[in-house]
Amino acid sequence: MIRLEKRPQPSKTWTVATPILAVVLTMIFGGIMFGLIGTSPVEAIRTIFWDPLFHPQFANFSRPQLLVKAGPLILIAIGLSIGFRAGIWNIGAEGQYIMGAIVGAAAGLALYPMESALILPLMIVAGALGGWAWAMIPGLLKVKFGTNEILVSLMLVYVAENILASVSSGVLRNPEGMGFPGSRNLAQWSSSQNLDLIPGTGMHLGVLSAFIAVILAYVLLTRHIQGFNIRLSGQAPRAAKFAGVAPARIILFCLGMAGALAGMAGLFEVTGPAGQVSIDFGSGYGFTAIIVAFLGRLHPVGILLAGLLMALTYIGGELAQLMLGVPGASIQLFQGMLLFFLLGVDVLTNYRVRFGAGEVA
Amino acid sequence: MDLSNINPILLIASIMISATPILLAALGEMVVEKSGVLNLGVEGMMISGAVIGFIVAINTGAPLLGFATAAVAGAVLSLSFGILTQVLLSNQVATGLGLTLLGLGLSSLLGKPYEGMKAETLPKLDIPVLGDLPVVGRMLFSHDIMVYLSLALVVAVWAFLKYTRAGLILRAVGESHDSAHALGYKVVRVRLLAIMFGGACAGLGGAYLSLVRVPQWTEGMTAGAGWIALAIVVFASWRAGRVLIGAYLFGGITVLQLNLQAAGLTWGVQYLSMSPYLITILVLVFISSNRSRSNHDAPATLGRTFHATR
Repeated sequence: MIRLEKRPQPSKTWTVATPILAVVLTMIFGGIMFGLIGTSPVEAIRTIFWDPLFHPQFANFSRPQLLVKAGPLILIAIGLSIGFRAGIWNIGAEGQYIMGAIVGAAAGLALYPMESALILPLMIVAGALGGWAWAMIPGLLKVKFGTNEILVSLMLVYVAENILASVSSGVLRNPEGMGFPGSRNLAQWSSSQNLDLIPGTGMHLGVLSAFIAVILAYVLLTRHIQGFNIRLSGQAPRAAKFAGVAPARIILFCLGMAGALAGMAGLFEVTGPAGQVSIDFGSGYGFTAIIVAFLGRLHPVGILLAGLLMALTYIGGELAQLMLGVPGASIQLFQGMLLFFLLGVDVLTNYRVRFGAGEVA
Repeated sequence: MDLSNINPILLIASIMISATPILLAALGEMVVEKSGVLNLGVEGMMISGAVIGFIVAINTGAPLLGFATAAVAGAVLSLSFGILTQVLLSNQVATGLGLTLLGLGLSSLLGKPYEGMKAETLPKLDIPVLGDLPVVGRMLFSHDIMVYLSLALVVAVWAFLKYTRAGLILRAVGESHDSAHALGYKVVRVRLLAIMFGGACAGLGGAYLSLVRVPQWTEGMTAGAGWIALAIVVFASWRAGRVLIGAYLFGGITVLQLNLQAAGLTWGVQYLSMSPYLITILVLVFISSNRSRSNHDAPATLGRTFHATR
């Protein structure tokens, strides 16, 4: 008979070991999946996890891409993880990411074709505000009316996607674009472009901000009273109330922060790698960031590593598509599997497995 | 814009068709939540049901077989959620989200070769006398079998929860898993069965989208229908009859905005397309602002992990 016995405290060893175990399990089952669709499992796994970093021909191109993809994932996941720690389930980061890009780009484009070094900072602030405001909708509704933030934040993703479609063929459309949908190219306007800080490394402002966010989140969660309050509200809501922590303030803080970070990620993307506001701007980073947050154990440093790993699967996935003809969707499934296995093996962190019959109490 | 193009008879008939997928999914999810489990994977199970039902229907030429397979697929997927949350005691919110992401990935992988194909759709039932009635006949009595099955399922779920012993046990498990366990009921087993029922219903709902409502397979075709189903359960305050009302209301909004688009409303197509989501939010606000009532209606152990200590 196998029983589970609750640990008094989560195991430190397993907290670190479970993500690794989950990655290994995903590689095994992902390999089986690739085998089923007719690709050599070993080759597929090598192409995804090894070649982007060490392939003699592709690595020079794909290494910088690693940072480009990891930047937004980490930035968004940091914001989400703080909310998840407090038990606030903001799953609409994709919408906040899109709104941040739209508002930020609109703020910049309003000044086109002026040239000033202040335009990009203004756009970053506007982008953060856009994401913040979009996240405040579920926040305020939850505080005022007790509305479920999971459903509201998710519904707002679909609303944001429709707004994106509307503005990219409407107000923000490039007047010189010969009627094609999509805004002016922000990456080609010297006042708004978000270039690599060190050319050829992929290290643009967004990636730098992601690293700064990791550090600030670490300080917030381990050294600041607000971080303590957040963790307390998540683990023992009643105790938090008695300790004088106002739940409404925690909700608004966590949602607002996640929204602002996601909005910034959207702005960095639209001024850099993506270049313009267009219908297909939404790339699913907001959803993948949920996996990143969990894979990183809701811990800033973990999220940094998880973001890099997830970026690797993106780039490796593209490489596998190119070289092995693997369908793009298989990578999405691969990422989903990773989250599932992680949640499954997580039982080892909080419970001890006991064999043999339990004694009668 | 020409509103006279909108035929009220066809409008109501198409509302019934557009409401059926969310009705099926919401009904299943309601039973799951009644047992105290919050499965946020409805969207993932629906879209998997949609793709698998479509593939089977194309390869066999039998849409009903497609529906059956979709139900089985939904149940199997939901069982993975069940094992994770009930046996391995994972967080239900995170696992449900994971199920949605997994289902979206799985469906676009499986469905890629089938994009743009057309499957055989369900035949309209030819109900002898009722179907020949002048207005009502076309409006209500000339649909396919799944529409009536979904309506029958509403009655069945209502009767099951209200009048049967098994329904009582399921509600007891949802209201207080510790007491139910102390009385000797198998909490985990009851919940696993409820979760599988919910998965099968979501699978059926998805298959209805790809086989009847659209009828085609396109990537991401559920477009939030599973999440709207979740919202409808809250709207219905966990009652089968109100799930029916909720689903038909949302079906109505969807059809109405599509009809307005077709009638040549030129400005802001996107604003019409976002209306079902905005209205969902408004309804949620309205329902939850009546806080004393909504707290009372939710199953008491909804979303909480059950771990038997002895």
